[in-house]
Amino acid sequence: MTSQTSMRHRFLLTTFFLILSLGLGLAFAESLPEGISSPPQQAARLTSDDPFTTMMQVLTHKRCVNCHPNGDRPRQGEDSHYHNFNVQRGPDDHGVAGLQCSTCHQAENNDYAGVPGAPEWSLAPLEMYWEGLSRVEIARSMMDPARNGGRNLEETVKHLTEHKLVLWAWEPGVDAAGRPREVPPVPLEEYIQAVKAWAAAGAVIPES
Amino acid sequence: MPTTFILNGRPVTVQADPNSPLLWAIRDELNLKGTKFGCGKAACGACTLHVDGKAVRSCSYAVKFAEGKSITTIEGLSQEGKIHPVQQAWMEEIVPQCGYCQPGFMMATAAMLAEIPDPTDEDIDRNIVNVCRCATYYRMRKAIHRAAEISNTPS
Repeated sequence: MTSQTSMRHRFLLTTFFLILSLGLGLAFAESLPEGISSPPQQAARLTSDDPFTTMMQVLTHKRCVNCHPNGDRPRQGEDSHYHNFNVQRGPDDHGVAGLQCSTCHQAENNDYAGVPGAPEWSLAPLEMYWEGLSRVEIARSMMDPARNGGRNLEETVKHLTEHKLVLWAWEPGVDAAGRPREVPPVPLEEYIQAVKAWAAAGAVIPES
Repeated sequence: MPTTFILNGRPVTVQADPNSPLLWAIRDELNLKGTKFGCGKAACGACTLHVDGKAVRSCSYAVKFAEGKSITTIEGLSQEGKIHPVQQAWMEEIVPQCGYCQPGFMMATAAMLAEIPDPTDEDIDRNIVNVCRCATYYRMRKAIHRAAEISNTPS
């Protein structure tokens, strides 16, 4: 195939997809319910520095979600694999009789062994699972007293910004090979400000 | 800074660095060699002992956390000259091969039996996750059931 022929093919293909996408766009615009000319405003308003977005960048991070599993087995590591050694939730979210969280995890990181630690190390109760949820679903769960331990907004903000186990995410220590664990993508102070700003503005949860 | 705790029923004070593993204070300073070093990463369980009755992996447990607590090692498992049911069962079932990891297994088993007196196989799978390179797991499972039987039989 000559380069001229190849260019012609590419031009025709590009034109075809352009027309197809325009057609699809028009078709969807025509199918929108009366009175709605664009996607929901709340979703459209969100930008990368929106307090909700900033907050959820942290809450969807593995340092949070690994201990909010959807089931009775915690996750661990940067790839969120099941916790080694068949570790189980146990009756009170602190492990089973012979293998409690505190069998290995103490009140602070042990960087000699690579075992992470913080006060009150435990799994979130099962009803507070976040694993597999979207950021909006996590936020709804977080604000639902039936799924957030009966917390009101003030108590939820306190948990999110002051609980030492939550704040551990920014000082997660090193793993067994001595590699630093990944921290959430937002600096701690920025995250705290975002949580408080989001709550002060009414704790609105967008549609998406 | 010295750290004081109860070890096998008796008060002791160690001079070890508060951030060093309790395992080394017990083995090197207090000269109790039953608790073993395996992986040093809280993964194998050879160093398991009890802190206030709960199984803890002492290779990753800083000395400072032991302050004021009650520590039990394999040497303190028998009480008042009476052998612990776990020790009895381990002998009856001739569990050890090389034996190195066995104290850790026995301490983990004792901690489990204190709360689950009659464990099922599933309980054992969930609670006893130490590592044995000789693969004595089959005999250990039998011994754990036997230890429960001994514990639950009125003397």
